[in-house]
Amino acid sequence: MAAAAARRVSCSLLRRDHRHLLPLLRPFASSAGGQPQLTVETSVPFTGHKIDPPSRSVDTNPSELLSFFREMSLMRRMEIAADSLYKSKLIRGFCHLYDGQEAVAIGLEASITKKDAIITAYRDHCIYLARGGSLVESFAELMGRRAGCSKGKGGSMHFYKKESGFFGGHGIVGAQVPLGCGLAFAQRYLKEGTVTFALYGDGAANQGQLFEALNISALWDLPVILVCENNHYGMGTAEWRAAKSPAYYKRGDYVPGLKVDGMDVLAVKQACKFAKEYALQNGPIILEMDTYRYHGHSMSDPGSTYRTRDEITGVRQERDPIERVRKLIVSYELATASELKDFEKEVRKEVDEAIAQAKESPMPDPSELFTNVYVKGFGVEAFGADRKEVKAVLP
Amino acid sequence: FFFLGPSIDRKMWGIARRKNLGQALQKVLPAGSMTVREALNSALDEEMSADHSFLDGLESTRISKGLLEKYGPDRVLDTPITEAGFAGIGVGAAYYGLRPVVKFMIFNFSMQAIDHIINSAAKSNCMSVGQISVPIVFRGPNGANAGVDVQHSQCYAAWYAHPDPVVFLENELLYGESFPISAEVFDSSFCLPIGKAKIEREGKYVTITSFSKMVGHALQVDTFKGISAEVDDIVRAVKRACYRSILMAATT
Repeated sequence: MAAAAARRVSCSLLRRDHRHLLPLLRPFASSAGGQPQLTVETSVPFTGHKIDPPSRSVDTNPSELLSFFREMSLMRRMEIAADSLYKSKLIRGFCHLYDGQEAVAIGLEASITKKDAIITAYRDHCIYLARGGSLVESFAELMGRRAGCSKGKGGSMHFYKKESGFFGGHGIVGAQVPLGCGLAFAQRYLKEGTVTFALYGDGAANQGQLFEALNISALWDLPVILVCENNHYGMGTAEWRAAKSPAYYKRGDYVPGLKVDGMDVLAVKQACKFAKEYALQNGPIILEMDTYRYHGHSMSDPGSTYRTRDEITGVRQERDPIERVRKLIVSYELATASELKDFEKEVRKEVDEAIAQAKESPMPDPSELFTNVYVKGFGVEAFGADRKEVKAVLP
Repeated sequence: FFFLGPSIDRKMWGIARRKNLGQALQKVLPAGSMTVREALNSALDEEMSADHSFLDGLESTRISKGLLEKYGPDRVLDTPITEAGFAGIGVGAAYYGLRPVVKFMIFNFSMQAIDHIINSAAKSNCMSVGQISVPIVFRGPNGANAGVDVQHSQCYAAWYAHPDPVVFLENELLYGESFPISAEVFDSSFCLPIGKAKIEREGKYVTITSFSKMVGHALQVDTFKGISAEVDDIVRAVKRACYRSILMAATT
């Protein structure tokens, strides 16, 4: 009976603002906040390079697990919807999808505050959502509409939310890592006690500027955490063909590293929490998230010319991050499988409504070509291609 | 082209514009003289005391003399010889709100960091629709030097001809040169406008435009084949804006 009560309450926990219902749950073991504490083991232990890895046992609680499920389902649904919008030509240009890697975004967000900074490359839709961005703004930006987070002028690769510590959204492979070290420099300079997570992929892990920035960060003890989202393919090149040493967590050499199962959201949360404490005291650390993307590199890449469909379905069956959390929730009786399915239908509806709302937003006005080019233009004139019709003085 | 950003270096150009070989354009009497190096040093000093500026780049030169002692190693930073790395770190700090001054030993080396100057710094304000502006200054010697090779002598004025971010192109041969300056230059709020060419010397039939070291050479031309020549110092002009000045000069 208590279990049924727990389930009823858990269901309502699936709504976004559920925290006020927590005291009603049966206490397994109480924590200071009055919430039952759960301890879950990560799927694989952490592997450390020049550092003792954190424990495999991760503390969590029902509301956190349910919110993980919710957020990851939302992200998954958003990326799949973006796929079909791209195929119907409502989204054009670049579109790099994150489905399969949701655990990294969610686990990271769960371990930090909005005062910590995150900077990533172009696979940024889900990180933007995790940092507090809305679905409508995401879809509108992808479709190039005015309601988008960058007013339709940025596109898929340029989502920003500075007030929540999300610094983009960068198209040049590897450039975001020195920028992230710069953000960490500013945080240390201003004595804020916060850190920066600079995310990059296994393709960018071989970039020279990464090592230059890591060298300077280690010299100056900057509170930066370099997170390699290793989805094993840099565009179409497998990691073993691109890197002589694909053990990216060891590539920092003098900088310690940790290898994490990036499909296990609790492992990611534990590792990021550990890394934040480390970085604030000792300077840079590298985290390698062993993850996988189901889509190709971008929407122009089918994703099956350099890997087999069996490999993709194999990962989906054995390591999918959402399925892992679903199993946890069901085994701890926080909700039944059918309740979770109903819940996924709600997420689908929410995403569809957001798309409909985003579609109503108009395209940017042509005068927007000339705004925000410079902070102060000093009277510089800008011209269209013919140098006659379209022209303006930059503000 | 050289641009005076909101956060750096007004004095230096106060000096360049006043260099002349006999014809005083300003109505104010000179109140002393300063070398270009001293001007840079005092401008950096003033700006660092005003706000969160820090110096990044290979900084152990006479231009930053005294600044390390005054502001400490947290603000005056000597870096390894890794341009892409330290320029990127400077831009990242500017994203967060600091006001870095990144120095390249010479601008030839800026090519190693050009991705950060252009893709990370110049384009950010546009991509983020004003959320992330980049109040950074990249400075360093540019152009001709004495007896150094081709790889160390290129002039990058045409590459960096835009006002944001500020790319401040100096000339190594001018660092030790002394120029007379007026008293108003010593005021810490003294500022020269961006976007206007400076007429160094009025003339009637020919306009010579130039910048940096060549202004001095141009001023030596008293008359151009017997025709009196106007010399414009376009040092403070943004490429397009100065067309107006040149056009005006050419049509009057």
